[in-house]
Amino acid sequence: MLASHPEKRISFNRSISYGDLVIVYERHDNMKAVTVSEGSVLQNRFGVFKHSDWIGKPFGGKVFSSKGGFVYLLAPTPELWTLVLSHRTQILYIADISLVVMNLEIVPGCLVLESGTGSGSLTTSLARAVAPKGHVYTFDFHEQRAALARDDFERTGLSSLISVGVRDIQGKGFPDEFIGKADSVFLDLPQPWLAIPSAAKMLKQDATLCSFSPCVEQVQRSCDALQSCFTDIRTFEVLLRQYEVREEKMESFHGDDNGSNGSLSRKRRQCSDGNYVLSDSTSSVMARPCGEARGHTGYLTFARLKCFL
Amino acid sequence: MSSTENINKSSSRITWEGCSVLLDINDGDRLVFARLSPAAKLKIGNKNCSLQPLIGCPFGTVFQLDTSDSDGPFLSPFQPKGDVNNTDEIKDGHFQAESKDDQPNSESKDNRSLIDNNTAQSLTGEDIEDMRRQGAKGNEIIEALIANSATFDKKTSFSQEKYRLKKQKKYAPRVLIRRPVARSICEAYFKKYPLKIGFLRVDTLSLLLSMANVSSNSDILVVDMVGGLLTGAVAERLGGTGFVCNSYLGQTPHSMDIVRIFNLSDEICKRIVRSSISDLLSPKESRPQNPKQDVGSVESQSIDQMSVSVSMEEASHSPENGISDIGAENTTFPALKAYKATKAGEKASQEILDSWKENGFSSLIIAAPDLDTWTVVRDLLPLLSNSAPFAIYHQYLQPLATCMHNLQLEKMAIGLQITEPWLREYQVLPSRTHPHMQMSAFGGYILSGTKICSS
Ligand SMILES: C[S@@+](CC[C@H](N)C(=O)[O-])C[C@H]1O[C@@H](n2cnc3c(N)ncnc32)[C@H](O)[C@@H]1O
Repeated sequence: MLASHPEKRISFNRSISYGDLVIVYERHDNMKAVTVSEGSVLQNRFGVFKHSDWIGKPFGGKVFSSKGGFVYLLAPTPELWTLVLSHRTQILYIADISLVVMNLEIVPGCLVLESGTGSGSLTTSLARAVAPKGHVYTFDFHEQRAALARDDFERTGLSSLISVGVRDIQGKGFPDEFIGKADSVFLDLPQPWLAIPSAAKMLKQDATLCSFSPCVEQVQRSCDALQSCFTDIRTFEVLLRQYEVREEKMESFHGDDNGSNGSLSRKRRQCSDGNYVLSDSTSSVMARPCGEARGHTGYLTFARLKCFL
Repeated sequence: MSSTENINKSSSRITWEGCSVLLDINDGDRLVFARLSPAAKLKIGNKNCSLQPLIGCPFGTVFQLDTSDSDGPFLSPFQPKGDVNNTDEIKDGHFQAESKDDQPNSESKDNRSLIDNNTAQSLTGEDIEDMRRQGAKGNEIIEALIANSATFDKKTSFSQEKYRLKKQKKYAPRVLIRRPVARSICEAYFKKYPLKIGFLRVDTLSLLLSMANVSSNSDILVVDMVGGLLTGAVAERLGGTGFVCNSYLGQTPHSMDIVRIFNLSDEICKRIVRSSISDLLSPKESRPQNPKQDVGSVESQSIDQMSVSVSMEEASHSPENGISDIGAENTTFPALKAYKATKAGEKASQEILDSWKENGFSSLIIAAPDLDTWTVVRDLLPLLSNSAPFAIYHQYLQPLATCMHNLQLEKMAIGLQITEPWLREYQVLPSRTHPHMQMSAFGGYILSGTKICSS
């Protein structure tokens, strides 16, 4: 998924081959991750697509089914992955993920600790941020989830950047080997305050922590637990509003014929009173917010380890 | 300095001589970018103090201005205690002293009997100056002010704390050293001088970087008319791999002033190059070379040798000079720029331009409020590799809507979305959590999508 592997990097000259992970794009709300393999087919409402037909095609291109329907094959990115991964838990989405990476100040080379791994949605972006030399150590106490996450990171080509451990982080904290080594800690746990004392021990001085919780009661307890060792404790909520864009015809009426500004299409229209007026019809591109949106994901609490001299 | 040393420094958690710092004075009241040197001076109130004591300290250290010494005011490290967080509560006006397990508003005192007049304080300005001359520390002055206040005891503990904080800010101002990274730089500008960064809020910036899949070893094409904040933020994420190509229309590169504020190592700076859009668009090899244009990197790098501190507060009062003041000062010291200057923003070599023409850029980010969005996107999108993501920032919706519509008509991209982020901060207190009373109501719009290949 990452450009760190030169031969996998997207380019004008890179084409699809067996073993590639591609994102099959039908519509922006209908995508699917597929690993291209010999003899396989993809079947959807547009028909049957043979993987063998995809070989040698460029990423970002259209491919056709036996029935003439088409889909696009895209190169995977962490953003696309978050939209197609299999949900084994609640996951973090792009707005929260982006703010987490930014506010935790994660850059290449960082050592990041995370718990719980969940479906690995955030982990994928953390890995991108620490690459090529940093590392993400992520822990979940659910053995099967950890194993499935490992499989996913293998599939997305990130396994060299991520280690998945099975561990009860609320009960036992992070492993001692990371004491004083972490640049950032991220918590998405039901009772994050239980893990905060351990997180404080893991962090370097002035290093950052983030805890994500859906409920405000969790936030209050976490903030309370943060007071003793942390400073710069700030809680945010970030949401996205999407816009839809449309070209619409608009008509305007003029009682006489000098109201036109020239570039408009114009036709005669009969009004109900029998008089003719000139009708100018223009088309404009207009945008408005989409009617429905995700109204809440969770609260992000950021903090920085206090600096003791 | 060897280059490995330099790399370590850029991620260092300890300041060094020559490093750039963000000084947060009195809890964000003032934000100042400075470069540490023994000679650098910071003016707080009417006191000038050396930044020398800040060299070699961990980032995150808090200093307090000490005026008790006869040699003049100086900054000395201050150990934050539990009171750090009270300041937050006071800002929002909901402080309760014994708050932890108390019921809200359980305090018996209230402010019904307080009359605001100037007779409450019996210490005069002269008395305070006398104390100072005799070597009293800021905290002692504050205690004296409290002891001589007729009304202090009658105040609610909230007002007492507020009084104390006000006096502390005046008589014992505090300076926190922050690391100048994308987050802190963006937040500082957004708070004090948003025009310079095109009102780009930190969550919006973070989305641009994600949506454009900025990751090590990528080649990111940017049009940065937000002072270099975007270029610096991308370079920070590249960590000395790949390239960020800062492109511009016409002959004059856009200012990259803000790049200097990041502590980017030489390795990282070398990965920041620039090119005119026409050079990027001209077919491979046949590009007319015009060495005369090659001025941009010089102006924007020379500051690395300077020991000046620039307050955005000052800058925002005179935006025409603003931060670029430094550039002007520099030109009077041409000798300083000589050889050691970090090479951020060199002109892209022919070789690298050719490789981009051969392989395409990994992604594109535009934050160019002054350019026509659609025509820039129409011209630049073909430079991207197939399936490359892109993200375009604008303060206005219409240019993005038009651009999105045209991209759809021309079938140049898919997954097109216009997004407006919304960011709300909370004040968290036991049983009294609520959103901040004031918030930024607008962080701009982003058009994002994925380029598809035409064939
Ligand atoms: C909501 S999910 C995390 C989702 C993840 N942030 C993502 O973006 O995909 C929470 C995870 O925490 C794990 N978890 C809960 N309690 C835990 C504990 N005490 N120690 C470790 N993991 C725990 C759960 O098994 C679950 O997978």
